[in-house]
Amino acid sequence: MPDVIHDTFVIVRTYRTAPERVFAALSDPVKKRRWYAETTESYDLDFREGGRERAVTRMGDDTPFPGAAMVAEAIHQDIVAGRRVVLAQTMSIGERRISVALITFEITTTDSGAELTFTHQAAFLPGADGPAMRKGGWELLLGRLDNALAD
Amino acid sequence: MTASDYDRLFHALADPTRRAILARLSLGPASVSGLAEPLGVTLTAISQHLQVLESTGLAATRKEGRVRTARVAAAGFAALEDWVAQHRALWERRLDRLGDVLDEDDG
Repeated sequence: MPDVIHDTFVIVRTYRTAPERVFAALSDPVKKRRWYAETTESYDLDFREGGRERAVTRMGDDTPFPGAAMVAEAIHQDIVAGRRVVLAQTMSIGERRISVALITFEITTTDSGAELTFTHQAAFLPGADGPAMRKGGWELLLGRLDNALAD
Repeated sequence: MTASDYDRLFHALADPTRRAILARLSLGPASVSGLAEPLGVTLTAISQHLQVLESTGLAATRKEGRVRTARVAAAGFAALEDWVAQHRALWERRLDRLGDVLDEDDG
């Protein structure tokens, strides 16, 4: 039985500002950090096709992995200036990869400013604590937790 | 559920004795002493573990006379299944924050 959980969602936002400003919030590391990675330990953005984005968050003492680094790392796959950014992103906690996602930002012009369509298509990977738990059955849930937390 | 609610939920599940308690309760309700004996832990330890499980919605307890009985509760496990859905909420917050940043820059 396959055990990867696939999830896709779309969020649409309108902003009363020029489309170029929305694009700048995706392409400028200082601007992007302010809304995407405000509380991270570190953030790097190399905005070009093939360029890497990396955000590191330190897990707190009240989590199952105190002091561990949660790393969201992405490679820009497709960039159309002012209009589109596509990234392929992995998320890991310590050595364990939690998920892989395809993230698309599309910007269109409206009468009042700009519309941003955000699409997130993710594969949540088995063995990851919490996120990959399947529905149904206490025993399955607890068995997975035992495996995932045993290391 | 906030990010810290999830932290507490995962912390509750990170303890092997608490997972063993939930495994036993998945078969049906049990008294505190009924849980303590097979797990080889003290009544006090079981009570403390049950407090953690109750606070995160994974278990519920009730006192009948002098006997405290525990059972699994649905809320905590439903929350775990919501973890995937929470990624959407996270991005909703980020894109709201983007709106704030754009307003700050334009103003």
